Amino acid sequence: MAQIAISDAEPRAELATADGMPLKAALARASRRAQRRALFLVLPLLLFVVVTFVIPIGQMLYRSVHNPAFSSNMPNVSAWFAATEPGTEPDEAAFAALAADVAAAAEAKTIGVVGTRINYEVSGTRSLFTSAGRAADELAPPFRDAVLAMDEQWGDPALWTAMRGASSAHTPNFYVAALDRQVGPDGGIERVDANQRIYVPLFWRTMFLSALIAAVCLVIGFPVAHLLATLPLKYSNLLMILVLLPFWTSLLVRTTSWMVLLQSEGVVNNALVATGVISDENRIQMMYNQAGTIIAMTHILLPFMILPLYSVMRTIKPTYVRAARSLGASSWTAFRRVYLPQTVPGIGAGILLVFILAVGYYITPALVGGASGQLFSNMIAFHMQKSLNWSLAAALAALLLGAVLLLYWLYDRLIGIDNMKLG
Amino acid sequence: MTLRLLLASTAAAAVALGAARASANEVTVMSWGGAYTQSQVEAYHKPFAAETGIKVISVDADNPATPIKAMVEAGNVTIDVADLEYADAIRLCDEGLLEEIDHSVLPPAPDGTPATEDFLPGALTDCAVTSIVFSTIYAYDTTKFPENPPTTIADFFDIEKFPGKRALRKGAKANLELALMADGVPNEEVYGVLETEEGVDRAFAVLERIKDDVIWWEAGAQPPQLLADGEVVMTTAYNGRIFGAQVGEGKPFQIVWDGQIYEYDLFAIPKGAPNLENAIEFIKFSTDTQRLADQAKWIAYGPGRKSSAALVGLYQDGKTDMAPHMPTSPENLRTALASSYEFWVARDTELNERFNAWLAAG
Repeated sequence: MAQIAISDAEPRAELATADGMPLKAALARASRRAQRRALFLVLPLLLFVVVTFVIPIGQMLYRSVHNPAFSSNMPNVSAWFAATEPGTEPDEAAFAALAADVAAAAEAKTIGVVGTRINYEVSGTRSLFTSAGRAADELAPPFRDAVLAMDEQWGDPALWTAMRGASSAHTPNFYVAALDRQVGPDGGIERVDANQRIYVPLFWRTMFLSALIAAVCLVIGFPVAHLLATLPLKYSNLLMILVLLPFWTSLLVRTTSWMVLLQSEGVVNNALVATGVISDENRIQMMYNQAGTIIAMTHILLPFMILPLYSVMRTIKPTYVRAARSLGASSWTAFRRVYLPQTVPGIGAGILLVFILAVGYYITPALVGGASGQLFSNMIAFHMQKSLNWSLAAALAALLLGAVLLLYWLYDRLIGIDNMKLG
Repeated sequence: MTLRLLLASTAAAAVALGAARASANEVTVMSWGGAYTQSQVEAYHKPFAAETGIKVISVDADNPATPIKAMVEAGNVTIDVADLEYADAIRLCDEGLLEEIDHSVLPPAPDGTPATEDFLPGALTDCAVTSIVFSTIYAYDTTKFPENPPTTIADFFDIEKFPGKRALRKGAKANLELALMADGVPNEEVYGVLETEEGVDRAFAVLERIKDDVIWWEAGAQPPQLLADGEVVMTTAYNGRIFGAQVGEGKPFQIVWDGQIYEYDLFAIPKGAPNLENAIEFIKFSTDTQRLADQAKWIAYGPGRKSSAALVGLYQDGKTDMAPHMPTSPENLRTALASSYEFWVARDTELNERFNAWLAAG
């Protein structure tokens, strides 16, 4: 560093191109041009990624903190909430605003949307809003009495707490719900009843099962990859096809094949009964439970473990192990001290790949997992497709994404992402 | 080379576009798949296409209500008619996701009774028109219980007396009602009990008794499959599916009508349907007296019009009288429960969440 500084300090004639331009500037311009051209080449991919990946995912994640269903359809009540402190008793002005908003929302046919939004927080309130919408024309001052006469539930403090929470389009409430918690009447955050807690236990189950599947894949995949890398070409090609053929087969086909094999009147159980290993009454339940999820997912994700391992093992020269043996190492020591350390980049890549894919799996557990084999993604699918609570689905998805990014960061810190080898 | 390829692909695209425009005289109907869709194809789609020249495209879903919100919100509605359960039809309508249907355009009964009076009570809603009455029943494999077969809803939850795996629909709806009826709650009090916290606890406690022996199904075609595979010895199911397997395919299944829960199934039009007019024509055509009666020829679901009942005849095999297989036949209605859409529209979010939590705690 110091040397360079000294040499820079020495006066010397500026180098220039033939047309008198300083060489440095000419070089910068040429490399800029090359960079621009390179950018043009990646531009289609960049656009594609932005349009099909970044924007939709960003929009979806935005929903987890943004839900205008209440605030945009109930402007007057929202304004009243904005003007008053949390915990304020609803007064006549609040009920007048409510009556006006309900009438307007009923007219615009958005009252059901409003009811659905509040129903996420206080169950059974959707019909409160829709029936109020049908009767809204008949409401007259004093509105407090008129609204309460319609249904006493309108005086419920929990309902007003929920409406206050929803009166701002931007809300953390969906994350609160995704962590099995709720906003209490005093504005504090509390855990939901034990019989409603689901996402946190399911999250840990998903992490545990994914880790287990990655571990099983490693144990099964390592010897296969080693065989692939060391067998003579004519055998290893055949073996490679056996690995790749299922890899190319549709996920659904493979999952349903497992169903045929594993069900209680299926091939495996029939074979076990026929050979007398188990009796006809004690057929093993291998499907519609966690066992089904683990078996089917391990098989489906196995190629993602074998391929990176294989590509790393192929580059390991057999001479290293031979050298270790000739220097007196036992075969176990040679494997442990010489061979295994060289496969670490492949092991890391395989585990990371399998784990991340497993964390997001949902079709296979949905088909063969029964009740105990469901994963976190099945809940995301449930809220996307069935309950239609997309904001909660987005919050759950964001949590899962966050967890995976955290693990990725940890991996980078512990092993180093540069060491990973995908093939 | 590139130019020629470009020209060829442009020409191909133009032809494809032209073809798409030419075949726009169509209507896409989304239903529940399997034997049920098949019955609709036979009873509605084929005669409708023959009479109007409008092509009917049939697509299936586990529950056609679920894709509608995604389609409407994305502004990409690809279906014109959806076959919905009552609670979903009300909910989607309230949320502005369905087109309203003017009841006065529906054809009157043959004797001139206007449609609004001819349909069963509550069978016409702002956005939907009932086609059939279906029922959630349970059925068992007769080869598994040669003597002393199960006869009551309580037997379904009695794992000691009737050992073996069961299958239930994955969701709170119907299961909670069945559990309470099995626990001795009189039918007329079921929804009253379910309104209370203790009532819900009680229902889950009954489900808990068989939880370890339950396989959960999602699509209506699964229960007969699970029974046929020997995966379960008894299962809840939609009655028409079991009838199809039992009478249509000769499977050794038997329906237990005790504690059946019946409800309407309706046609609705998603907001922004691409072929709105054809969709309305399709619904008018399919829900007239004769068509609704015709559907019973293909599957054991009751027609939604009073005037259709008298026209219900034999099954497609030409010898099975359909009347005793209908959810609405007096014999089958004796201990039946009418599903309460008011209850499920209001409570399904909470109860399904609790159901999911209960399931995951397994």
